[in-house]
Amino acid sequence: MNSIILIAGARLQAVLLLVFSAYMLLRGHNAPGGGFIGGLIAATGFVVYAIACGTADARKALRFDPGSIAGAGLGIALLAGVMAAFWGDALFTGQWLFIGETEDSKGIPLSTVLVFDIGVYLVVLGAILSIAFSLEEAV
Amino acid sequence: MTLAGLLPVVVAGSLFVWFAQMIPVIGGGDTLRFVWEWVPSLGVNVSIYIDGLSLTFALLITGIGALVMLYSARYLAGHVHQARFSLYLTSFMLAMIGLVISDNLLALFVFWELTTITSYLLIGFSHDTVKARRSALQALMMTGIGGLALLAGIILIGTTAGTFEMSEINAMDGVLKDSVMYLPIALLVLAGAFTKSAQMPFHFWLPNAMAAPTPVSAYLHSATMVKAGVYLMARTHPSLAGTDFWLWTLTIFGAITMVFASVMALRQTDLKLALAYTTLMALGALTLLLGNESGYTITAAATFLVVHSLYKAALFLVVGILDAQTGTRDANSLFGLARALPITATAAAIAAFSMAGFPPFLGFIGKELKYAGAIAVASEPIFVAGAVLISSALMVAIAGIVSFRPFWSRSGEPIPGVKEAPWPMLVGPVVLAILGAFFGIFPETLATTLVNPTVAAIIGNAEPAKELKLWAGVNLPLFLSIATFVLGFTIYAFKQPLRTFLIGLTTRGPSFDNGWDKLMAGIASGSKALTRRIQTGVLYHYMVVTFGTALAVLAVTLWFRSTGIPAMGIPQVELWDWLVFVLVLLGAVLTLMTNSRITAIAGLGVVGIGMAMIFILYSAPDVAITQLLVETLVVVLFAAAALKLPVLTPEPLRKRWLDAIIAIGLGVVTTIILLKVTTGPIDRELTTFFETASWPEAFGQNIVNVILVDFRALDTFGEIAVVLIAAISIFALLKSKPEEEKP
Repeated sequence: MNSIILIAGARLQAVLLLVFSAYMLLRGHNAPGGGFIGGLIAATGFVVYAIACGTADARKALRFDPGSIAGAGLGIALLAGVMAAFWGDALFTGQWLFIGETEDSKGIPLSTVLVFDIGVYLVVLGAILSIAFSLEEAV
Repeated sequence: MTLAGLLPVVVAGSLFVWFAQMIPVIGGGDTLRFVWEWVPSLGVNVSIYIDGLSLTFALLITGIGALVMLYSARYLAGHVHQARFSLYLTSFMLAMIGLVISDNLLALFVFWELTTITSYLLIGFSHDTVKARRSALQALMMTGIGGLALLAGIILIGTTAGTFEMSEINAMDGVLKDSVMYLPIALLVLAGAFTKSAQMPFHFWLPNAMAAPTPVSAYLHSATMVKAGVYLMARTHPSLAGTDFWLWTLTIFGAITMVFASVMALRQTDLKLALAYTTLMALGALTLLLGNESGYTITAAATFLVVHSLYKAALFLVVGILDAQTGTRDANSLFGLARALPITATAAAIAAFSMAGFPPFLGFIGKELKYAGAIAVASEPIFVAGAVLISSALMVAIAGIVSFRPFWSRSGEPIPGVKEAPWPMLVGPVVLAILGAFFGIFPETLATTLVNPTVAAIIGNAEPAKELKLWAGVNLPLFLSIATFVLGFTIYAFKQPLRTFLIGLTTRGPSFDNGWDKLMAGIASGSKALTRRIQTGVLYHYMVVTFGTALAVLAVTLWFRSTGIPAMGIPQVELWDWLVFVLVLLGAVLTLMTNSRITAIAGLGVVGIGMAMIFILYSAPDVAITQLLVETLVVVLFAAAALKLPVLTPEPLRKRWLDAIIAIGLGVVTTIILLKVTTGPIDRELTTFFETASWPEAFGQNIVNVILVDFRALDTFGEIAVVLIAAISIFALLKSKPEEEKP
């Protein structure tokens, strides 16, 4: 499929979807969203890009092998769980750090829970793209 | 000689010394026991128990082990894999020691399997020959199957007796014998013992195992591993013996093995194979004797155990020397080598006299005791004594074939240029042969150190073992001995016609070995046919089976477990709900009616989006978003694949009827289940917990996400691992080329 309109549209859309996926990932703890949904949205972005520009370009844009991304995601998620051990807690106990905490606001929250969610995001993204790319290349 | 060759000798030798210094304690009637708890919740302990029985075995294992290892240091000198061989042999020895000194039955089982695995490696040591690989695998399968039976037996023993410590079980009078589980326990334990100790009809792996290098045969298949089954029967004797079942099973299997093996031994011209069959005979004899509880038979078993290990290991090593120095083991081409191999010939002669049971060698005492024991058996003394007579007479003849003819016979020309073996290979046969003679002349040394404690360990008292003496007076065993010699010499004189007759008989008759091959081939082709049947590779079949099974299971459960279908009125729903309902219905109808894959997939997408709208209407936004995204991706992915697939052809009506039944059935059943679930009261305990705990404990307001990443993070971790595994599987499926059908 060699359509200039589709390619131009897909590029724009892919960028928007990626930004949106990061937004969904970050807001997940308090509003609908999270790592799983974010990963799906990001994957959709790359799948659209692959349909318009071909999987070779899409792989280049992704920079890393989708399988490696998924593997790294699993590793990050595990790391987030293991990190609880430094505070002497059980596996996968969330650890929180509130930067600039005041009486009214909790400031900027950082947590191992977010790290875990990033792992989920990467696993979903990598797994779906791994399937999608090889499926399109196989047919 | 290299370090790899000598290190095992040092290990075995020091272990021998360590065990030998226990002789005064054990000989004095004491036992030693050490316990470390290993897995206390499962009753698994590392417990060492040393009584006469374990000590006798341990001394045989380490003593003969040291000699055999010294022998193989020279025998395999310069072999590429000598270090590997040493490692295998040493591991085997340690496993064997563990087996005989473990008190915990589960630990015993672990060591039992370790001996199986190490013996597999040793039999298959010359792995570049097909024969060695096949023999190794056969031995592994046979003893492995027996090992499984033994494990089942051990677990039954443990649940029946409440402990896995054999010394405690043996101390509980009749705990196994009087239980309802006695028969299964005895059957399973004997299945393990019979396969390991190569009793008929599980015997055929042992002659095949002669594919191993000769030191291995001398060590594993004469003195140690095949005796593990005998050890097991002796160890469980106090708890299992004394019933008619035990008596008759062991008597019949032992007697048949004994007679069959000694006849088969006569048939062989390969000296090593002849010895292998005489080992079978000895194992049969030991099994036969262990069937009884009388002091005479157990004393005979304990003595014969030592006798046999000494002379058989010596003779195997002698055959190894013959093989190494002349290049052949064929009885028909070895003659008059006594001049060329004087030391070997002398050792062979002494060992053979012991094997044939001549006075004053230990074999004579062993044979006398066997006769005394046979007369004292509780089953059929005449039958048993007859079996012992036939096999002993054949032993006389085979001792002549193996040790007399190659060295002293003048029937043929000796092979020229044969040199005496180097000293490391001579030490073993000479020491073992001399020990046989020494214990024959001074039997009380053996009685007090090993035999009495062994008998005491098996039947509780050692009084009858005091009978161990060279000259027991003029009695029935003596006459039977004389009859044995006469019969034995006669057989030796007519060995050639007898052998021709036997070869004719066995080549025509069915062979266990071929039967084994057929069984293995049958299992392989059977499983292949079954796999073809179950795994058709057609997605449609898998779907029918999966959903058909789901339907059947759910419907049957509903039918038997539920009380009536809940009343269903027209639900009070909004206009929006009706719209979604119509949308889903249209999507489904479209999917069913179209003959285009793309349209069908789009129809399914409509159904999915309808579902997502339901989730939105009932305020589950996270689920709805996920559902929408997944539907989108699925349509895109399927579309990519569908482009290359052939156009759908309309299916025959019959096939669609089956599909319709399954689909409608599943729909109905699911609806009923949902109705039943929603009519009952809903337990909101978990919902309440998450609602109240989410913010204060996990600083999150989106309960779904908080559950996913915090409360149940471990579950999520498992799920994303599954996602990754699924991706890898699909990736592998897509990248792999379809396998070519083999012609």
